[in-house]
Amino acid sequence: MSSDNAPFPHQHLLGIEGLNEFEIKQILDLADKYVEQNRRTNKKKDLLEGMTQINLFFENSTRTRMSFELAGKRLGADVINMSTSTSSIKKGETLIDTASTLNAMRPDLLVVRHDSSGAVKLLSRKVDCAVLNAGDGKHEHPTQALLDALTIRRRKGRLARLTVAICGDVTHSRVARSNIHLLNIMGARVRLIGPPTLIPTGAEKLGAEIYYNMEEGLKDCDIVMMLRLQTERMHGGYFPSVTEYFSLYGLDYDKLAVAKEDALIMHPGPMNRGVEIDAAVADDLTRSAIQEQVEMGVAVRMACLDLLTRTKRGVSN
Amino acid sequence: MTKYVLYKNARLLDPASGLDIKGELLTKNSKIDALGKKVDAPDDAEILDLKGKCLCPGLIDMRVFVGIPGADYKDTILNTGEAAAAGGVTTVCVQPNSNPIIDCFPNIEYLTSRAKNALVKFIPMPAVTKQLEGKEMTDIGLMSKAGYKTFTDCSATIENAALMSRIFKYASAFDAQIVQHLSEPSLSRNGCMNAGELATRLGLPGIPTAAETIVLERDIRLLRSTNCRYHASQITCADSIEVVKNAKELGLKITAGVAVPHLALNEYAIEDYRTFTKLSPPLRSEEDRLAVIDALRKGIIDVIVSGHDPEDPESKRVPFEHAEAGVIGLETLLNVSLEMYRNGSLDLLDILSKLTCNPARIMGLDSGVLKVGAPADLCIFDLNVPYRIDPEKMVSVTKNTCFDGRPVQGRVIKTVVGGVSVYEYAS
Repeated sequence: MSSDNAPFPHQHLLGIEGLNEFEIKQILDLADKYVEQNRRTNKKKDLLEGMTQINLFFENSTRTRMSFELAGKRLGADVINMSTSTSSIKKGETLIDTASTLNAMRPDLLVVRHDSSGAVKLLSRKVDCAVLNAGDGKHEHPTQALLDALTIRRRKGRLARLTVAICGDVTHSRVARSNIHLLNIMGARVRLIGPPTLIPTGAEKLGAEIYYNMEEGLKDCDIVMMLRLQTERMHGGYFPSVTEYFSLYGLDYDKLAVAKEDALIMHPGPMNRGVEIDAAVADDLTRSAIQEQVEMGVAVRMACLDLLTRTKRGVSN
Repeated sequence: MTKYVLYKNARLLDPASGLDIKGELLTKNSKIDALGKKVDAPDDAEILDLKGKCLCPGLIDMRVFVGIPGADYKDTILNTGEAAAAGGVTTVCVQPNSNPIIDCFPNIEYLTSRAKNALVKFIPMPAVTKQLEGKEMTDIGLMSKAGYKTFTDCSATIENAALMSRIFKYASAFDAQIVQHLSEPSLSRNGCMNAGELATRLGLPGIPTAAETIVLERDIRLLRSTNCRYHASQITCADSIEVVKNAKELGLKITAGVAVPHLALNEYAIEDYRTFTKLSPPLRSEEDRLAVIDALRKGIIDVIVSGHDPEDPESKRVPFEHAEAGVIGLETLLNVSLEMYRNGSLDLLDILSKLTCNPARIMGLDSGVLKVGAPADLCIFDLNVPYRIDPEKMVSVTKNTCFDGRPVQGRVIKTVVGGVSVYEYAS
């Protein structure tokens, strides 16, 4: 069966946890095709013509929201963006009521970001359409992990047996959690590097080796994934100062020297230059895949929108 | 007019005396008049044939909340009484965070007058500090002298060590007792579940067990110089058990409780962010759950409570982090506790002691026992009937139970308060 009409056995995409190797491969294979389409002058397809996609962002976002918007438009869907200011979503009724209201407008796809873990899942129970998690609290950000995987696979030819170091603020990162799950499913080796205060309790049980020292953790790595320091999610001191943090955990050429010569540098963005990553390293086109990640993001999201509407479009069998 | 009721063919269970016999019990008005294998009843006694069902003292629940924000206070109290009666509970110790907060004598009177028409006995547990703010102590002396000797800030931990020390000293002069909620605020403030692998997986901020043990250790250190009566409201982890055990061996006047959810569930009950499993303190690991059951068996933990806390649906239909903590529990206090009898963890009388005579002793009540002259507060239950817990069949107005659909064995058939039947199971 070709990936163009294979069914996808999930109604929603709420997280990487719950997907298997075959399904992840199916998404990545399809995304590869969309990369080619996106590089053509005519990028548009009419696959989702007549369908409505609502991007519901309870938390600020520019790149993820735009990426989903482009993905939907390139597949021919009618895309509507709805942003809610962070302050008005504290009351839970708003979330459930918003879900019911939007559901009554009969969308086919809901892309949701929320600052509370589990909120997207809660919302998915109240609507009839497909829900894509665009990031929920500190829980998951599945399309980010998928676009990271696509980037790695295109550069390295595989995911299995690669050593991937995820560095920095793991505690507050949904990107890290989704990546840990995905990389484990695909057979990669995961290391987490950061100060003990930013490595969550029990992280080793998720399938990762823990390092508190960059030079040790980066040794012989194939991939170096940097995380943004999420100071907005921190209550109280997790580290003494940005100066100390950058000195000990910021990625620069010195620390990178112990990784494999062709080690790839990644960052989900937006970057804090001089905090978790040195500007020169970030801009090094031979080492950094940061721009490529953004490109892969659109393709991966197109693949997800395609797969989640297959049953509805009647293309599956 | 004197009213006699004879309960015959009963399995009489009195944990205080270790009594477990087939026999009869006679009540005269509001008191127990006689009990034994065979008792002489007057001719005009009403005779109830229990057909071998269990008869034990009515349960005493040391941790019950009334009052849903915005709901009618009186109705809430009456409904709490109905739910208690349906659960075989004849005395509820009311936590002070109602509206108004029970932190002075007039508010005690207000609550007791409101509870006058309730089906079961309501005993107010006044606040330790004014407005539960942890800043100034309430009129501990005056309220103690009026007979209200057990104080608690219910869901708030008294953070200030100097104030805590003074409270212990002051309270000891009046034989008052302090019930502490064990949760160090700086470690638990942003948390909403047990810290560990699952919290990390779910992306939820965790509360470490140390938040509980630290408060306990501090309080015990302070108690050593005052010998005030102290009750650790809810123990949930192995580390705390060790601390309670050592304090008891030192001869301190310390007792401890545990809530049914912490005995029956571990953190994995949260599954996909089920807000009906959000509790304070949170559900812990399986190792901790087993340790708590072991501590019950060894008598380190004295009391089982329901922690009954009605929450309206809107405060639970929100993302887990924003949901209110708390579950209802009066109607699942006995049947879920009996699981420990079914699986051989504790003897039947042992379980019942944690629900009757032990809380009675701690609260200074004359109930909780089957004894001539004791109040005729009785719970009659069928030990064997199996069924699934169904929130829709519950008497409680709010349905926020964490035991939805759970199979249990043992059902309350009849509840008697002061010789009067207040609940009868309609099959």
